[in-house]
Amino acid sequence: MSVEKRDPHTGYLTTGHDWNGIEELNTPVPKVIYICLGLAFAFALIYWLLMPAFPLGLTYTKGLLGVSQHSLIDADLQQAQTDQQTVTSKIATLSVDEVRADAGLMHYVRATAVPIFGDNCAACHGIDAKGGPGYPNLTDNSWLWGGDADAVLETLRVGVNDEQHDDTRVSQMLAFGRDGMLDRNALLSVVTYVQSLSKPDAGTVEAIGAGREVFAANCASCHGEKGAGSIELGAPDLTDSVWLYGGDTQSVFNTVYNGRTGVMPSWEARLSDVDRKILATYVLSLGEAGQ
Amino acid sequence: MISGLTLGERQTAVCLSLALLVLGVIFAGAGQGDPLGVHGFIIAAYAVVVMGAVITGYYAPAPGADRLTQYYDDPTKFGIIVAMLWAIFGMFVGDWVAWLLAYPDMTFDAAWASFGRLRPVHTTGVIFGFGGNALIATSYHVVQRTSRARLPDQLSPWVVLIGYNLFCLLAVSGYLIGITQSKEYAEPEWYADILLVIVWVTYFLLYIRTLARRQEPHIYVANWYYMAFILVVAVLHIVNNLAVPVSLTEAKSYSLFAGVQDAMTQWWYGHNAVAFFLTAGFLGMMYYYLPKRAGRPIYSYRMSIVGFWGITFFYMWAGSHHLHYTALPLWVQNLGMTFSVMLLVPSWIAAGNALMTLNGAWTRVRDDATLRFMAMAAVFYGLSTFEGSFMAIRPVNSLSHYTDWTIGHVHAGTLGWVSMIVFGTFYSLVPWMWKVERMYSRKLVEWHFWLAMAGTLIYVFAMWNSGIIQGLMWRTYNDGGTLAYSFVDSLVAMHPYYIARAVGGFLFFLGPVIGLYNILMTIRLSRETAGTGIAEMPVVALKAGE
Ligand code: HEC
Ligand code: HEC
Ligand code: HEM
Ligand code: HEM
Repeated sequence: MSVEKRDPHTGYLTTGHDWNGIEELNTPVPKVIYICLGLAFAFALIYWLLMPAFPLGLTYTKGLLGVSQHSLIDADLQQAQTDQQTVTSKIATLSVDEVRADAGLMHYVRATAVPIFGDNCAACHGIDAKGGPGYPNLTDNSWLWGGDADAVLETLRVGVNDEQHDDTRVSQMLAFGRDGMLDRNALLSVVTYVQSLSKPDAGTVEAIGAGREVFAANCASCHGEKGAGSIELGAPDLTDSVWLYGGDTQSVFNTVYNGRTGVMPSWEARLSDVDRKILATYVLSLGEAGQ
Repeated sequence: MISGLTLGERQTAVCLSLALLVLGVIFAGAGQGDPLGVHGFIIAAYAVVVMGAVITGYYAPAPGADRLTQYYDDPTKFGIIVAMLWAIFGMFVGDWVAWLLAYPDMTFDAAWASFGRLRPVHTTGVIFGFGGNALIATSYHVVQRTSRARLPDQLSPWVVLIGYNLFCLLAVSGYLIGITQSKEYAEPEWYADILLVIVWVTYFLLYIRTLARRQEPHIYVANWYYMAFILVVAVLHIVNNLAVPVSLTEAKSYSLFAGVQDAMTQWWYGHNAVAFFLTAGFLGMMYYYLPKRAGRPIYSYRMSIVGFWGITFFYMWAGSHHLHYTALPLWVQNLGMTFSVMLLVPSWIAAGNALMTLNGAWTRVRDDATLRFMAMAAVFYGLSTFEGSFMAIRPVNSLSHYTDWTIGHVHAGTLGWVSMIVFGTFYSLVPWMWKVERMYSRKLVEWHFWLAMAGTLIYVFAMWNSGIIQGLMWRTYNDGGTLAYSFVDSLVAMHPYYIARAVGGFLFFLGPVIGLYNILMTIRLSRETAGTGIAEMPVVALKAGE
């Protein structure tokens, strides 16, 4: 039965309940707790008065400050725009080459382009823009689609082989082996020939000679008589030591056997004109540094 | 354990597992070609194991009527072991996932080993497997002792435990083969959800039936919390999982809610799962085992009342703080935020009541690692609720949201509070249950405590650092007014912290491994002494039939 006892340590009485040896003291709730509860409630009350807080059927209490989530975000965006205005409006009106000539603007371009490039381009071209198999190195001054500002801007705007964009650049390396256009011997010799363009000792004179004929008949239309490539078609220069898909025999063989269709997304719908210009300027400046 | 069941209960058990077997076979057949079929096989295999266990013990002599003069503790013993097994499994996967975040290629090109599938295996394994079994096991113990009444029957506690673990098994195996309804902490599909509803209703009825039989005039606080846990989890689970299956032979279903309503329902569920699963239930545990182990009366009965009603009332409103700065209307966010701030007060009342209870027992906290576990748990409870209320404030959340800060908060709560209170409880409870004087090795308990402390601190500090760095990097602008860092930059910055977290997590994981060994050795000890050690307390005579 309820027998209240005094706890020697705290001096408070127990409630007299006992559950399997557990007792409870009847200690009053300390005043500080009521004060804290009061403060927390006061904070909540003030907040409810100032801000949207309670539902009223189809609408809600708007709060004395008249703030909405949209007004808040609009103000933030407005602020960001004014912050950027002075520089971005300059970049928008100047040409890429003029921007590159302006050291102050270039400082801004580098600071801005690095995170944009990291968020949008690095996944394919690498954080250092040096690319990898299938993804071109943007720092080496060897361009598939041309290295002047207009060409790069256009590549960024429309992409390559991107079905989402009507004006996209189109390029295709045909699957000569898989589609049965060349037999195995012809393939092997043309591979040797292609390799010999940048590495003269790539194979026997006979193989290279045979390959040259195959090349002239099948490949020159796109890659040119001398294999120097075509910027209109996005066909790579095969005479330099820069390889998009790799220059070892197996890689070149795979390219010619299976064909290749690199896809570079178009950015017109995803990045603003100014951002694309900043990126183009940045990418071109990387090539310059690489020289 | 079968020998404790009466013949009638054994027969019902066989019938129930037979029914489960039939259900499994039907699923396996009807769900052919769908992941549901795999689950059919798992259900059937599980039923066979259960039935095998019952049949093996079927011809053991039936227990006498004197069983009714003692509390029914077999399910509690079972639950303790199972909870420890889940702890080891769930934390192992947790640490695996932690390494995976540091070295994302570690997936062997296998779908099941991808981060998206292993992560819910971790969360379900620890929250439901470890936490849930610990809650069920201790609730059986606490409700009997504080009501001075035996469980009303011997079968339903087993139905709850066996059914609940089947649910956990279906959940975890489902993620690995790609079954999920993509709601965090509520991933299992419709059939597993229905199973859990049945289990949970049985659990609820079992609990109130026991309370109804109580010999004590008052219901102790621990029971209020356990009851809140059981009742609210039932409501949450049912509402959030309302869905329409594509067909009865397929695992996939579609939620009844869409868009922002779906998000709000999910986080009303998610937050109250934190509140009533990870908080209320474990507060119930704390309110029994902490004073018991400390040998002190609860500091203030009145604080218990204010704390309990404050927590239950305020938590219900707070879910929207998980959706700050989203499509959710601002007024809902503001309501959630203000209630989250007020929630701090009752949370600290509960933590304070526990710590003040230790007044007069601090020397025991110093000397006894078991009590120290519980004391630290109360401290971490205070800490993580303070942090939570702070993070719920919108401007703070704009920094913390989506970052590792949240992960740090989660694990301050789950490692520091949930796990520590369970370990402290188990180290108290195991000797009582198996009737030995103490744990097999006090040294190992001490080791466990320090591993857990070190692991928690390393984990939480690593995530605070990483989270705040991450949050700041995402919002730092350069003088031109554009973002200064790319997302990849922030990943690079987090890498060292991820390694630190994985190391801390490994230390923490060693704890339950040691703990299970210690518990098993204690059980062996009890076999050797044939339970002649002291009983938990002189069993106040239960009259037969009560
Ligand atoms: C999904 C992968 C991918 C992403 C993302 C990507 N690129 Fe590309 N990019 C490519 C591929 C592939 C090519 C080569 C296309 C071809 O084969 O002609 C390419 C080509 C280019 C070229 C032309 C190179 C040349 O030699 O003419 C430029 C310039 C370029 N990318 C810049 C960018 C920039 C800037 C971004 C970020 C806004 C970006 N890329 C994002 C895949 C990608
Ligand atoms: C229809 C035009 C066309 C024809 C014909 C053509 N190519 Fe190509 N080739 C391309 C294009 C375009 C690419 C670049 C593909 C890309 O960027 O994805 C390319 C790429 C290559 C490459 C990869 C270069 C690198 O840097 O990795 C090799 C090698 C190559 N072609 C060899 C050949 C050979 C050999 C033939 C004749 C058997 C041939 N091509 C015929 C258009 C052509
Ligand atoms: C060995 C100890 C543990 C380790 C190493 C660990 C590790 C992890 C990791 C790596 C994640 C994913 C984080 C992310 O996505 O960025 C995670 C998430 C989570 N863990 Fe643990 N964990 C451990 C113990 C626990 C325990 C004991 C619990 C609960 C009782 C728990 C509950 C959770 C929860 C709820 C999440 C999801 C958090 C969120 O979505 O915000 N963990 N854990
Ligand atoms: C006063 C008490 C608490 C409040 C106000 C609170 C508040 C919060 C807030 C604001 C978040 C971050 C939401 C986001 O930005 O996404 C969060 C996340 C979380 N908290 Fe708490 N918290 C409290 C106590 C606890 C406790 C004690 C635990 C665990 C035992 C816990 C577990 C979690 C979990 C698991 C998440 C992650 C949810 C997810 O995103 O998956 N919280 N909490």
